[in-house]
Amino acid sequence: MPGPPDRAGLIQQKKAWQFWNRSCRPEGDMFSGLNRIIFCVSRRIAGAVLWLVLAAFACSPAYAQDGGQMRPVADMFQPLSRPAEMIHSSSMLVLAITAGIFVVVTTLLVYVVWKFRRKGPEDDLKEPPQIYGSTHIELAWTVVPILITFVLILVTSRTIGEIQNRKMPENAVQIRLVGHQWWWEVHYPKEGIVTANEIHVPLSRRDGAGERPTELILESADVIHSFWVPQLAGKTDLIPNRKNRTWIEPFATGTFFGNCAEYCGTQHANMLLRVIVEEPEAYERWVQKMKAPVPVPQAELAAQGHKAFYANSCVNCHKVDGTNARGVFGPDLTKLMTRQTIGAGVAPLTPETLHAWVRNPQTLKTGCLMPDMKLLDSEVDSITAYLLTLK
Amino acid sequence: MNHETLDDNFQIPPPERIGAERGSLTRIVQEMVFTVDHKTLGLMYIASGLLFFVVSGLMAVMIRIQLAVPRNHFLDPDVFNRLFTMHGTAMVFLVGMPIIFGFANYLIPLMIGARDMAFPRLNAFGFWVFFFSGLLLYFSYLGAPGLYAAGSAPDVGWFAYSPLTAKAFSRGHSTDYWTLSLLLGGIGSIATSINIIVTTLCLRCKGMILGRLPLFVWMFLVVAFLVIIAMPPLSACQIMLILDRYCGAHFFDTQAGGSAVLWQHFFWIFGHPEVYILILPGFAVASEVIPVFSRKPIFGYPVMVAASVMIGFISLGVWAHHMFTVGMTSIGNTFFAISTLLVAIPTGIKIFNWIGTMYGGKLRFELPMLFCLAFLFQFLIAGLTGVMLAIAPFDWQLSDSYFVVAHFHYVLIGGLLFTIFAGLYYWYPKALGKMPDFKLGLWHFILFTVGFHITFFPQHISGFLGMPRRIYTYDAGRGWDLWNLISTIGVFFQVIGILFFVFNLIYSYVKGKKAGDDPWDAWSLEWATTSPPPSYNFETIPEVRSRRPLWDLKHPDDPDWKYE
Repeated sequence: MPGPPDRAGLIQQKKAWQFWNRSCRPEGDMFSGLNRIIFCVSRRIAGAVLWLVLAAFACSPAYAQDGGQMRPVADMFQPLSRPAEMIHSSSMLVLAITAGIFVVVTTLLVYVVWKFRRKGPEDDLKEPPQIYGSTHIELAWTVVPILITFVLILVTSRTIGEIQNRKMPENAVQIRLVGHQWWWEVHYPKEGIVTANEIHVPLSRRDGAGERPTELILESADVIHSFWVPQLAGKTDLIPNRKNRTWIEPFATGTFFGNCAEYCGTQHANMLLRVIVEEPEAYERWVQKMKAPVPVPQAELAAQGHKAFYANSCVNCHKVDGTNARGVFGPDLTKLMTRQTIGAGVAPLTPETLHAWVRNPQTLKTGCLMPDMKLLDSEVDSITAYLLTLK
Repeated sequence: MNHETLDDNFQIPPPERIGAERGSLTRIVQEMVFTVDHKTLGLMYIASGLLFFVVSGLMAVMIRIQLAVPRNHFLDPDVFNRLFTMHGTAMVFLVGMPIIFGFANYLIPLMIGARDMAFPRLNAFGFWVFFFSGLLLYFSYLGAPGLYAAGSAPDVGWFAYSPLTAKAFSRGHSTDYWTLSLLLGGIGSIATSINIIVTTLCLRCKGMILGRLPLFVWMFLVVAFLVIIAMPPLSACQIMLILDRYCGAHFFDTQAGGSAVLWQHFFWIFGHPEVYILILPGFAVASEVIPVFSRKPIFGYPVMVAASVMIGFISLGVWAHHMFTVGMTSIGNTFFAISTLLVAIPTGIKIFNWIGTMYGGKLRFELPMLFCLAFLFQFLIAGLTGVMLAIAPFDWQLSDSYFVVAHFHYVLIGGLLFTIFAGLYYWYPKALGKMPDFKLGLWHFILFTVGFHITFFPQHISGFLGMPRRIYTYDAGRGWDLWNLISTIGVFFQVIGILFFVFNLIYSYVKGKKAGDDPWDAWSLEWATTSPPPSYNFETIPEVRSRRPLWDLKHPDDPDWKYE
């Protein structure tokens, strides 16, 4: 029995069609006169090609509103946010053009190789006609690549401008993301929240009023790292001594997966990042929760752990708001238990993994900068119990 | 016009000289150490390049085994990081560069009708400097921890982005081995390039005007100029890095106000021309092999020369396309996207010209031709993925992902290594006097081509699915498992293919058929002398009147010079 048509897919195809065919007035001042006319024409052709490609592959992203959905497969062809969508539409055009060139040249190559193969010993008796070249043919296969390159140049310049010169609205969420070997420090300067390895942002809507992008200021405390959550945005590096910026504007909720994308040393592989996109109300609830003070633990074991935490050197590197733990080298632990993972994504955050981490982080994440603290068994138990209350 | 004078100049020496004067082992070693002969040095370049190729190829096998399944415990992260750093550095500086210089050394004097390179002793100097720079790099595995330091081989990646190389983040001496080795290797490369330029410009035989230079030599001329322009920035930034690490300078030391991006500019001003330094020799081999096995002259010789020179020029202005993610302004990004896209034009022209050469010919599928045909197909893919990477917004997604890994392996294996194999099979009879075995070579070709595609094609897809490069492990469920497993399986096809190749090199030398002077019925000057050529190359220096002197000789009724 045939199912209902893939509605989300059709909508997406239509949107892509509109994107390539909307009024030919590119934002930015890079285009004028002749360029604009050529751009219009090239975009209409590109639109047609894109339509065909989309229809053929039907690989359109599904815009579901399912909160909390895990999205571990970071497929850049299923963008759920700007600017990843904008990159996606220009990359589909590039894919279409390159696929066209590939088919044409490969066909030509196969035809020539087959047609002019040596058919038998009789072919060795006489050399084929010696042709030295042809100016006309050379001209033809010079001009065509030039035209294709010209189209690509226009599309590229336009997309670069649209993404990089986007002005952030007043209500944009601001996040300062600082890269460390091998974890992410996350600041919300307006809200005064500090957390690590997981970014919470509100869902944006396409209508003007509900539009709420997130601006990311990218810095690094040590070496170069790179922010990359493929379904939300392309990469931007986090470079020491430099402030980079990028932005995201997700249109679907869920937990998006990303990796550090610039080699940064031993545990580069385990420097994972999650972006949790929530409905605006849920996001506000999260903000309030993060701002609420952490109570001093009352249970016996946790209270012992509280003491042990401050008696050991934990406080040199870690911070817990409202206490004397003010270290800045390691992740802020104030709301540790609100996070999904431990060790920048090396394992899910559960009492067991937390216990293992406190005992010896090197077993979970070889080479990470937190040393084996050589704690007593009783201290490991109590500190874990204390950390479990930080939520 | 009479042909008699031309004929007189080609006195092909008697064939019985082949294989004479083969001495004992000590004699061979002594000759290798003291030689200044361009042919011996060329073979030494190629042999040591192949040696390093096997070693760093095995490193890649270990990398692939580690990545075959998620959360694999085959290698520790530090070991893995050293492996990919050494694999990348060695493949570029100790495999690609020496093998292409080996080809240049061996063939350029023969092709232009000279008795040797212009500066034979500089040539020997260049080789030994390269060879010891390679040993120095590999010695880091033994030397670095022995000298009171932590760490072993370099583990900062082959482009060693600062400040990962600063004293604070790279303690011990592993980075110094990398720095000094590249500094040393750079001196050898510049020496050899000066030699190539002077030889090509000054030692051509009578009648060999630039317009009749074989395309092979033309492309190496462009390569040599690129090396001379591109190497000094690399050497400069290596020296700056040493100053940073040992003399308290702060060029790249961000903790004291240095600039991390500065290193990237220096490195890629070298690094991008370097890509063309490595791929133009591939074009050079293809431009010799394809015409001979199509039985036609190259289509559009002047256009091929112009396209090579254009590629050389444009490649000097595209370096920052490796840096689209560092946060340049939109104008900067646009400029480098445009300049990079321009490279596609001359490159496309070249591919069309090679196809044009085959059109109307009678293609003979000998080993060199098979590798060149695979090269055309694979380089087409590499070029098109290169176009995708040139689109800066697309690059923001693709950069530093496995897609890039796939792309540059299609360029450097699919493009360069395949043409190196083509060249080795093509000139093997000239250099060693024996024919390479076709059946063994065919097995090598099939296994290696299949293995290459199984290994590297899936990496495009894992890149699309967000897999960054240089990670030593990954979690299951990210969509990468299958593609990585396939990729690892492909490696073993390649390994078996390489075994056939190595076996063929040795087997054919011992048991191969005698080649004769001109086994492929070719047209350039190196085939006019014996196989292997005598130390003085030609008994009398030939005189040429066209781009295909041996064609004129073989077809006195229909010589080329009438039409050019």
